[in-house]
Amino acid sequence: MKNISNYLAPIIALIALLAIWEIFVYSSNIPIYILPAPTDIFLSLQSNFKDLLGSALITLRITIYAFVIAFFVSLFLAIVFSLSNILESSLYPITVIFQVTPVVAIAPLILIWVGLDNAELAILILSVIVAFFPMLANTNLGFKSVDQNLLDLFLLNGASKWQILSKLRIPFALPYILTGMKTSIGLALIGTVVAEFVAGTGSSKGLAWTIIESGNRLDISKLFAGLMLLILLGITLFMLMTAIERNLLKRWHESTQENRG
Amino acid sequence: MLKFTNVFKNYDKSVLADINMEVEEGEFISILGPSGSGKSTILRLASKLIKPSRGKISYQRNKPPSIGFVFQDATLMPWRNVLDNIILPLELKGVRRNISTKKAAEWIMKVGLEGKENSFPGELSGGQKMRVSLARSMVTDCDLLLLDEPFAALDEITRRKLEEDLLKIWKREKFTILLVTHSVSEAVYLSERVIVLSMGPGKIISDKKIFKENFDQDFRNSQQLFDLNKTVYNLLAREENS
Repeated sequence: MKNISNYLAPIIALIALLAIWEIFVYSSNIPIYILPAPTDIFLSLQSNFKDLLGSALITLRITIYAFVIAFFVSLFLAIVFSLSNILESSLYPITVIFQVTPVVAIAPLILIWVGLDNAELAILILSVIVAFFPMLANTNLGFKSVDQNLLDLFLLNGASKWQILSKLRIPFALPYILTGMKTSIGLALIGTVVAEFVAGTGSSKGLAWTIIESGNRLDISKLFAGLMLLILLGITLFMLMTAIERNLLKRWHESTQENRG
Repeated sequence: MLKFTNVFKNYDKSVLADINMEVEEGEFISILGPSGSGKSTILRLASKLIKPSRGKISYQRNKPPSIGFVFQDATLMPWRNVLDNIILPLELKGVRRNISTKKAAEWIMKVGLEGKENSFPGELSGGQKMRVSLARSMVTDCDLLLLDEPFAALDEITRRKLEEDLLKIWKREKFTILLVTHSVSEAVYLSERVIVLSMGPGKIISDKKIFKENFDQDFRNSQQLFDLNKTVYNLLAREENS
């Protein structure tokens, strides 16, 4: 019973919010080019579905590529850092630079370097830059948090560096890695959209392009429809990561065992 | 089997000072001492996880024995089930899976965990986790078992049961045991020899042989054990108050 109400409560809240929005727009006579009602947005989504879906798939494709590249880059760097303190102290501060530099500030530079004809590659690079740091920071923390007694046990039994990495550090850090992945998948999407915005219209036909184009044409219903798809995409990716996390940790990690007596 | 000669260990400050002790094959020795007296450091030195700052640790036949180590926490890998946790030392040594599984199954029986092979540590009680840890430390047929306050976090009933089981296994397998404990009664009841360390930097202030007429349940309630407890307790209390 509690479970059903947990699912129903946010749905009812959302329906109520949309109803208030609809009533507010029509009762206040707000023009459609300022704030469309939810029904207008739904109708626009229906009539432009093919266009919007195509754009969403482009954004999704770049987001997934960026996320996968960021995952392997961060895992590789975290492994290197775990094997060498010198490399960690030299390279980690450099990776922080990527984290603290706003993507919009470096986007023009990346665009110039890869060429304006390769805007999609620039978007991919920018998205990787935005997405990789949380995964690196979390994986690195996970590798460092390994139980010292377990590490001693491995050393006592003559474990090689590779055995310590594959049988201890990586499984131990898995919850940390997955937390980083959950943060990064959202950031990869944000990075892709921001980079699409900065790259400008015509360079990539992702969702950001659709949103800008709709804004320029004052087709605010379509703009909102694009925004809705973007939100839906973000939520779906996050839920997918959460499902993967639950599946991988379900039998042994405390975070997935809150209902156990 | 193992000999400490004028062993000193310093970290930021001195932890152990001039430790001299010889451990004979098959002995069960307990090490008692106040907090910070360097008891656990002796185990880490014996296992070669750390090196002495001064002095020498030598092994019989100049070859380090095969060592099993049990920590205060069971220190299990939560992502591995009972069987896979016990197998770990064999896996790291490259023993074939079918052989290590057979060996682990034997130890699961010996520590009384039949039927729990596929359980994960999160599904076990504190006592069961410690049994897994004991089985894992002994699965390699170790010559020297190092126990660092293994029963400290357990309730009295579980603790007594595990003590009895450990004694049975020791008598059957005849390996050497070095046990670090805070409990005088545990040390006196379990071991043949009790070493008492001073406040840090730890020095050996007493090295006492315990002559027991028997090891059975009657011994736990005997006058002899009571007197031995009292003697060792007084030594320790004098050191704590000094």
